[in-house]
Amino acid sequence: MTQIGDIIFNICIFASVYIQVFLLVTFLENKHKFVIRKEGLQLATYPLVTIIIPCWNEEETVARTVASVLGLNYPQNKIKLVIVDDGSTDNTWNEILKFKDRENIKVLCKENGGKYTALNLGLRHVDTEFVGCLDADSVAHPEALVRLMSYFERDPLLMSVAPSVLTIRTKNMVQKAQRPEYYLAAFVKKMLGFLGAVHVVPGPLTIFKKEVFDKLGPYRRGHNTEDLEITYRMQKNNFKIEQCHDAYVYTNTPSTLKKLYKQRIRWIYGSINNLIDYRGLLFKRRHGNFSFFTLPSIIVAILSVSYLFGMIVYNAGDYLYSKFMQIKITGIYFSASPHFFDPFFLNMKAVFFLMLLFYFFNLFSMIVGRKMVEGKWYLSVDMLYFFALFGVFTPVWFIKAIFDTVVSRNPSWR
Amino acid sequence: MEKNIDWKKYLIVFFITAALFFTAIYLSNYFGGKKIAELQSIQDNIAIDILSSETQYSLLSELSCKNISNSILSGQLEELGQKLEWSENNLGDTEEVTYIKSYYSLLEIKDYLLAKRISERCGVKSAFILYFYTTAESCELCQEEGLVLTALREEYPELRVYSFDYNTDLSAVKAMLQIYKIKDTELPALVIDGDLLTGFRGFEELSSLVEKSFKLQGVEDTKTKK
Repeated sequence: MTQIGDIIFNICIFASVYIQVFLLVTFLENKHKFVIRKEGLQLATYPLVTIIIPCWNEEETVARTVASVLGLNYPQNKIKLVIVDDGSTDNTWNEILKFKDRENIKVLCKENGGKYTALNLGLRHVDTEFVGCLDADSVAHPEALVRLMSYFERDPLLMSVAPSVLTIRTKNMVQKAQRPEYYLAAFVKKMLGFLGAVHVVPGPLTIFKKEVFDKLGPYRRGHNTEDLEITYRMQKNNFKIEQCHDAYVYTNTPSTLKKLYKQRIRWIYGSINNLIDYRGLLFKRRHGNFSFFTLPSIIVAILSVSYLFGMIVYNAGDYLYSKFMQIKITGIYFSASPHFFDPFFLNMKAVFFLMLLFYFFNLFSMIVGRKMVEGKWYLSVDMLYFFALFGVFTPVWFIKAIFDTVVSRNPSWR
Repeated sequence: MEKNIDWKKYLIVFFITAALFFTAIYLSNYFGGKKIAELQSIQDNIAIDILSSETQYSLLSELSCKNISNSILSGQLEELGQKLEWSENNLGDTEEVTYIKSYYSLLEIKDYLLAKRISERCGVKSAFILYFYTTAESCELCQEEGLVLTALREEYPELRVYSFDYNTDLSAVKAMLQIYKIKDTELPALVIDGDLLTGFRGFEELSSLVEKSFKLQGVEDTKTKK
């Protein structure tokens, strides 16, 4: 039994290292492409863009989000703004109404139906060639839109461009732990962009050609991850998606473990269930790296983390049982165990070195991720928070999301 | 529009990953070998210690007991035992570990005989338990007995516990099994002051037997409270 477990674990770890090496090789192939452009970028033409801001109980942040769009380095007469209140129960609608008299802003209110319904209502008011969504808890960098639009100018076949999403106002340990994760995600998404295998065009300021929705239809619920679903649908139709590393959007991150737990369960649940819905894309040559790299990577992550969780639970149970037996048989006594002081007892199996390598790759990706998006090298104590927090909780989130999938329970938004 | 796949890259990455994997296995074997070498080094130290103790004992037996104490016995047996147990669990039942384990059993017997002789001749406060267990099949009672003996050793620093795997392929161990008539169906088995006890024995029972063993040597109230 242990041997079978060892074989499964070795396969999982081999696949995990394979994924990391693949991303690293992709980085080395493209390392000359990470130029952060100077501010004040100009385009040959400035197409009309509609930005939809869906809101639900965002009274504290929506004004700041709208202000960031109004402050974009893009001709204001080329931007249309559609703000949709999705049945907020707080003061959001009154905050939105403050902008109703502006010429290029349209404000809409509807009954609560979920983010995708708010986006679809907004889409019905779009008459421009390009459309983007900006979550009401996010803030766009002034250069974000012009940098995103420059990708469309360069490549007429492009259907969508996603920005680098970074964290804003990281105050406590939970938020600080998420900061390096966003750099890691920026690195991974950029590499997937090079591979034509982006797995998600996130809510904060991804720009689409309107044609995407005309051809594929509106947003769908997508297991509460409508951004993942639309990406999978685009990949199914081989629509070209890119990642713009120097277009920044700053987003609020969950400030408590409970909020983070809810967000991650929703994200992981969405990943698993959209993968199930689009399983037909797996290992299909015509869908390229998305089919042979991105989707299998998600499966490897699910299997590895689940196995890891099982192993942690088994070992913890075994340890607690042995302690219980010890106390039951001999009573409580404290033994001066040499194990804590003697390096002999360090378990240096091959897995130990491979795990070290895996963590090193993650660390490297975070460092390069920040260098890539902000031009700064990055080494911070936040990384320790990241490894501690995500190392402990990721398996729990995965197992809960798998459990929810098995019992068909859709996790809530917040 | 079909997408391109760079199969060559997939293959190259596979070879790089395989190379990393084999490097990890090589490093694991390298450090495993270092651990075996450390075990052998401890084993050599113990052999020298025992030989030295035997020689010292022979020299001193011509004179008096006043210079003999427990300190002349090897203190590294317990360390070697712990490291061997860890190696068996983590490095696997390799040829080297099995060999060192056999040699360790032999050293235990030599240490036991020497310590017993010193104790009898010079009245050095000590008690001895010979403990027979098995690793060939799952023996939960053996594991529980091991916990009791560990606690007992903590309670009585003068107690020397010698553990023997029933399946050790060593004539000296087999001789002990014959002498004390130990069968593999009666494990765990303990020998205290020549008496054989089979099956699981609790802390209290063994504690009283150890106390009795001390009393037989004329040593009163030896219990050292922690």
